[in-house]
Amino acid sequence: MASLVGSRVERKEDGRFLQGKGRYTADINIANQTYAVFVRSPHARAKIKNIDTSKSLKSSGVVGVLTGKEIAEDKIGGLIAGWAIRSEDGSEMKVPANPPLAKDVANFVGEPIAVVFAETLDEAKEGAEKVKVDYKVLKAVVDPADAMKSEAIHDGVDKNLCYDWLLGDRKAVDEAFAKADKIIKVDLINNRLVPNAMEPRACVVDYNSASEEITLYTTSQNPHLSRLVMSAFGGVAPENKLRVVAPDVGGGFGSKINVYNEEIVCSWASKKIERPIKWVAERTESFLTDTHGRDHVTHAELAVTKEGKFLGFKNETIANLGAYARVFGTVTPTYLFGPCATGVYVIPAAYSNVKAVYTNTAPVDAYRGAGRPEATYTIERLVEKAAMELGIDKTEIRMKNFPTEFPFKQTLVHTVDSGDYVAGLEKAKQMADYSGFEARRKKSEANGKLRGIGVSSYFEACGIAPSAAVMSLGCGVGLWESAEVRFNPTGQISVFTGAHSHGQSHQTTFAQIAADELGVPMENIDVVHGDTDKGTFGMGTYGSRSLTVGGIAIVNACKKIVAKGKRVAAKMLEVNENEIEFKDGEFVALKSNKKKTIGEVAFACYLPGQRDEMKSPIPEGDEPGLIESSFFDPANFSFPAGSHICEVEIDPDTGNVKIEKYTAVDDFGRIVNPNIVEGQVHGGIAQGIGQALHENTQYDETGQLMTASYMDYTMPRADNFPEFNLGFTCTHATSNPLGVKGCGEAGAIASPPTVMNAVIDALGGQEISMPATAEKVWKACKVMKKSNAKAA
Amino acid sequence: MKSFNYHAPKDVKDASKLASSNSAFLAGGMTTIPSLKLGLATYKDIIDIKNIKKLSGIKVSGKSVTIGATTKHAEVASSKEVQKAIPALVKLAGNIGDAQVRNRGTIGGSISNNDPSACYPSACMALNAVIHTNSRKIPAAKFFTGMFETALKKGELVEAVEFQVPEKADYQKHPNPASRYAIIGVFVAKHKKEVNVAVTGAKSCVYIDKDLSKKLSSSFSSSAIEGMKVDDSEMNSDMHASSEYRANLVSLYAKKAVEAC
Ligand SMILES: Cc1cc2nc3c(=O)[nH]c(=O)nc-3n(C[C@H](O)[C@H](O)[C@H](O)COP(=O)(O)OP(=O)(O)OC[C@H]3O[C@@H](n4cnc5c(N)ncnc54)[C@H](O)[C@@H]3O)c2cc1C
Repeated sequence: MASLVGSRVERKEDGRFLQGKGRYTADINIANQTYAVFVRSPHARAKIKNIDTSKSLKSSGVVGVLTGKEIAEDKIGGLIAGWAIRSEDGSEMKVPANPPLAKDVANFVGEPIAVVFAETLDEAKEGAEKVKVDYKVLKAVVDPADAMKSEAIHDGVDKNLCYDWLLGDRKAVDEAFAKADKIIKVDLINNRLVPNAMEPRACVVDYNSASEEITLYTTSQNPHLSRLVMSAFGGVAPENKLRVVAPDVGGGFGSKINVYNEEIVCSWASKKIERPIKWVAERTESFLTDTHGRDHVTHAELAVTKEGKFLGFKNETIANLGAYARVFGTVTPTYLFGPCATGVYVIPAAYSNVKAVYTNTAPVDAYRGAGRPEATYTIERLVEKAAMELGIDKTEIRMKNFPTEFPFKQTLVHTVDSGDYVAGLEKAKQMADYSGFEARRKKSEANGKLRGIGVSSYFEACGIAPSAAVMSLGCGVGLWESAEVRFNPTGQISVFTGAHSHGQSHQTTFAQIAADELGVPMENIDVVHGDTDKGTFGMGTYGSRSLTVGGIAIVNACKKIVAKGKRVAAKMLEVNENEIEFKDGEFVALKSNKKKTIGEVAFACYLPGQRDEMKSPIPEGDEPGLIESSFFDPANFSFPAGSHICEVEIDPDTGNVKIEKYTAVDDFGRIVNPNIVEGQVHGGIAQGIGQALHENTQYDETGQLMTASYMDYTMPRADNFPEFNLGFTCTHATSNPLGVKGCGEAGAIASPPTVMNAVIDALGGQEISMPATAEKVWKACKVMKKSNAKAA
Repeated sequence: MKSFNYHAPKDVKDASKLASSNSAFLAGGMTTIPSLKLGLATYKDIIDIKNIKKLSGIKVSGKSVTIGATTKHAEVASSKEVQKAIPALVKLAGNIGDAQVRNRGTIGGSISNNDPSACYPSACMALNAVIHTNSRKIPAAKFFTGMFETALKKGELVEAVEFQVPEKADYQKHPNPASRYAIIGVFVAKHKKEVNVAVTGAKSCVYIDKDLSKKLSSSFSSSAIEGMKVDDSEMNSDMHASSEYRANLVSLYAKKAVEAC
């Protein structure tokens, strides 16, 4: 039987999604449901002096109005930060309380203050308008670079500083810098991004007063984790009385990791008003209240020799957490960022220092790549600048500093198990026709255009798991993953996974790997996820972990099925277990060549009644049934890597940047389904190009979000992209039996510096910040023209 | 969205009878519906005019192209007759917003709304259009009176827009990357006796750039306006573009338009 792993199987999900048959949270309606509308702060920072709900309560159709006062009285807990980060001086991070409904003070525009439930959505909206909140507006802190000098917005958080974190050795770095021929410096802003999942957040809550059970349908990347948090920290209901279902979810990108205010409030309130509740975010609410991504201000330096060898690296970053620290908010700019900031290079001495600050803006959390795009942008801008200043070819300087032996002990934290960075860059150069670039540049010049080429080589630590590692870094839970494989008596198989698919095509990928393990057709396998009442437990999907952690749990559970199958088959075929070979779905007795299919064995495991057949096929010590589960916790992260090359052409008259060519060569270890992996890479690159050229989240000085709709926030569109030129190299991961590495975030990690390096190359090395909008580029072109004129 | 009374009259008379100070006509709804949803506007009566047959369609004679008020952008963009008579108009319509907007949005809605960054108003100005309403004919120069303001009286209905066929014309647009409205749109039309350069997106309302028009009237070539500085003092400056950038784009696209003619 040909292996399914590695083949371009069509996605099982396509039919359902393309025909509009997906079932999303907003599609779910419960008889007798009420509609929730939240009253939100119109101010970035304000004292809540009084809330008058009397008019709202009298409004037509209104069933109830609740505020922060009631939620505090019921002792419902707030939103949490999932990782404890310590400052350089050893002190614990400072985390303010984040109540589900703000009671005394509102800290960002859109923060929920009260909630109105009514018979219809219109009545709920009308009721919400009638809640009168008396605010005392305070001066907002908006700019992260100024936050430490501004008035403290949270009690007990001095200088608005959550932590001042250090990774690495300052003294060693100073010594390295003292030996350098040249110090390369960059000042960078990693622009804030709004995740913009296609499906806005939503929740539907159904409380059963007889069983006292709450069912929460929600847009989550990790339903079990949501249940855990709501139960352990929110105190909404004990875990066994709380069922969380995340049905089809239309994209997350990190923004649906958190348990949000609305889910806690509606779950709590459903019990209180004894009615089901439905809440669906409007797009404006998504812009204002989904956790945002990135938002760093960085100064970084690279110490180099004349020959282009890297000696030392320093990184001083201010990371904006927004108003509150959320689940991955504190780790994204530290352990997900700092270690990767030295990139794919041998750099003997390095440190990353990050000051995380609170501001009166939407909370910032993980967004596709989470920390690693920021890291890659930092080092890859430095490397490109070093090449330019030293007059060394940009690919050559990279090759010079790549590690050539693996495992590679990276300067800060990670030991990278496998990779071949030279092969990746060589392949990318070839596919991009790197050597033909100068001729193309001349041709563009002859047409009055500027052409630039940019390279970026990246690695990233993903497949987030190794529980021991993440817990030692401050994570509140171990990040293993679970799977259960259930063989039904008649031969179909249900594979339960704790990972969650919201665009990652697990139904297909996981079915491929289980089919290979069990030697059955994929069609016999159903992948089940997203319901705490079905699967045992799971950590969900983020950090490119689904296949490398969750997929391996499936493999291991399948191996247990096969192991039990062997014992049963041996008994059925009346041979010793070690005389049985399992191949292509059949248990074969080697000597006699007698066989039983895995379906027959499964059937036998359920003890079908057979008249006159007295002998049980279940060996002594085994139990009936064929169900196995596995919890997988790998020994290490997985480390995908690669090199991307981008070529742009700039029209100096308008500043328009056109991406002429984009080449990506990635090493994801073994690839299960090339179609799906290519799709993930396309999506990631698109998001990265969005960050580099288009997406520009802007708050004004009072903390109002200026770009809160698609009229003002530029989402990249298909016509902004060329056809992506993808290639792969392959070194197997050694930390899992499939040899796979994560692929979900790589595109978004590698592409922003690749594009920016190309733009800056076209601009003759002139620094320009993301997004490189037409006007910014036009201005840079004018400066360039002037300095060229002077030189001539 | 607040509830309202929905009407769908079959003729213009009924439509205008229904109109009051608390009503709005509904054409493509591309502006009206979002503003209702966001609560920026509320009306007692919404008068859907899409069922009025007379308001839709394209007529081309030797001298003019007349487009009915509820004619969609997509229909203009794919009209062979308009392509023959005023190709610039086809180009303009084909580059409005995105496919969804073009399949809903109408010329009547566009000019009645008079968004400062809409495309059609510049065509009206440059092509000496006459706006036919249910009570009068208004020359374009008198129709667009200010930001989101027109000469239309309450309840007055646009029936059609009559464009003068020029000798040559072209429309050049620098789209807003987010909305795809015009950051700058320049419509250049060369008529027998004069050249009109109409600009949208730059100021609070569409206008004719007199200096560029004059220069091109005496010599219709891009070299005639080469290096001409456009005054940016009244131009919009916002997060999408500074006035300086807009001024640069006006002179640049005027040249491009002339070259494309
Ligand atoms: C995402 C997006 C992108 C867009 N991009 C562009 C662009 O690039 N260029 C561009 O020019 N436009 C653009 N538009 C505008 C769009 O093309 C429509 O022209 C505009 O939204 C209004 O047209 P409508 O037919 O939908 O009118 P409606 O929304 O139905 O009406 C708009 C206003 O005009 C009034 N009205 C409508 N018809 C008449 C009539 N016959 N008589 C009197 N009053 C009337 C209505 O009462 C209302 O006040 C864009 C719109 C969107 C949503």
